[in-house]
Amino acid sequence: MIEVTGLTKRYAGRTAVDAISFTVGRGEIVGLLGPNGAGKSTTMRILACYLPATAGTVRVAGFDVFREADEVRRRIGYMPENNPLHPDMRVREYLKFRARLKGLSRSRTRERVGIVMQQCGLTDVSRKIIGHLSKGYRQRVGLADALVHEPELIILDEPTIGLDPHQIRAVRQLIKDLGCSHTILLSTHILPEVEMTCSRVLILHEGKILAADTTENLRKTIFEGGQVVAEIAAPLPDLKQCWEEMEAVQHFDISPADGAFHRCALTPRNGVDLRPLVFEQVRARGWLLRELTLSRHTLEDIFVKVTRADKEEEEPI
Amino acid sequence: MQVYLTLVRREVGSYFLSLTGYVIIATVLLLLGLSFTDMLAKLNAEPTDAPITEVFYITVYFWVILLLTAPVMTMRSFAQEKFSGTYETLMTAPVSDGQVVLAKFTGAMLFYLLTWLPLLAYIFVVHHYSSEERALDGWVIASTFLGISLIGCVYMSLGCFASALTRSQMIAAMISYGLGLALFLLSLRALMPMPTTGWEAKLFAYISMTEHMQEFARGVVDTRYLVFYLSLTLSFLFLTWKVVESRRWK
Repeated sequence: MIEVTGLTKRYAGRTAVDAISFTVGRGEIVGLLGPNGAGKSTTMRILACYLPATAGTVRVAGFDVFREADEVRRRIGYMPENNPLHPDMRVREYLKFRARLKGLSRSRTRERVGIVMQQCGLTDVSRKIIGHLSKGYRQRVGLADALVHEPELIILDEPTIGLDPHQIRAVRQLIKDLGCSHTILLSTHILPEVEMTCSRVLILHEGKILAADTTENLRKTIFEGGQVVAEIAAPLPDLKQCWEEMEAVQHFDISPADGAFHRCALTPRNGVDLRPLVFEQVRARGWLLRELTLSRHTLEDIFVKVTRADKEEEEPI
Repeated sequence: MQVYLTLVRREVGSYFLSLTGYVIIATVLLLLGLSFTDMLAKLNAEPTDAPITEVFYITVYFWVILLLTAPVMTMRSFAQEKFSGTYETLMTAPVSDGQVVLAKFTGAMLFYLLTWLPLLAYIFVVHHYSSEERALDGWVIASTFLGISLIGCVYMSLGCFASALTRSQMIAAMISYGLGLALFLLSLRALMPMPTTGWEAKLFAYISMTEHMQEFARGVVDTRYLVFYLSLTLSFLFLTWKVVESRRWK
């Protein structure tokens, strides 16, 4: 559905996207993940034929986004960042305007506007002025606009930004439902969002793709080898000796907690899950255990990790 | 075609969805009303043989209204959309740059014509209360409105161009005020020392909008003026089109 090869976008004095290549197959839900300024929006704008690329080719449904922009635009539904809408129009009026603009016939417009309003839960507010709607509803109007012409590909730039948790859940569910019949490319800087909605993830940082994998594999690489924190009531020397003897522990750090408890931070060797081993020890030695946690990596950790890896590669030069 | 018509409808509609349209119409109505009473007072003081359309355009009101309201009518067209971000949703829909530019221009033009419609009512009022049967000549009125439309074309296309250059409505308005006023001052030869002979004199006579307007108001339609206004309009529309397209220049 999307084929990107060597896509580069340079603004004056700054490279926003640096020779990235990726493909998205039909029916996939792919997440573009990255911190602010990673080049997500720029990539999406190029895909949506809004900006030209400095170098590289981008094809959507077999059409070149630069030379056959019209064909591409017919096939995509794009919701830009911050979801700009005409605040002075009414919901139904706006969707009708957008549908007509996208070339739908009068009868088809009526039909599709009805369907997308139902899909996005807008039927109750169809006569309301967009400027008076809550942010969650406005987001749904933007989604409905992206969907109204039945595009093959839907591009959503940060669809859940600025929403409250309830609204976020509703929008995520909607995206999931849409995924059954559409190809979706969405961007976000929230890791759980990608986990929950996407089948595949591209991690973008400073204009480069750092990782591209299925959500499952990514989760594995992220969570495997996580540090384990255990709070145990035991004498300090015993604890030290125990961790030193344990094969799977590569590194440990003990700090006193309140009472007889000590807080142990254990780093595993070769990505072993330390929790069962720790529990085994505690039970065998008759200690008291009040906390056993696998500290999960956040998106930040991954970035720190990956960017650090970059620097280490560069150092020998 | 469907896209174009949809966009034109939205453009015209947008004047009335916000207060802008009503404020402009109210301002024009007020100024037209003032000029009308002024004109009647003048006509009562000294009868004239000139058609009433000409009497109207010899007052400064027409130009004040035009120069004052034209930039306000067009300042929103592109700048507002760029500012609010809807420009991005517009330009990623399957529409061509040319369609957008033409639709914005047409929308502004329709609104401009709408604001001048009350003028017709004034002419009919005069006709109704005057004893002179020939005070109202359909062709003279038509040519007057042709003149108003042609000047409107130039000012609306200029305004669209100014609006396409920036994302601030304020700056768009300032640019079109500047350009529009400059264009008008060129035709005010009374104010400036202008050459009276040679090719310069011919040139300034050719671009003098006040003189053109006077002829239109007399019922004279000169094709040279038609060419002048239409080519000026087309050049501004072409420039606007290029500005819109420039986003895609590498």
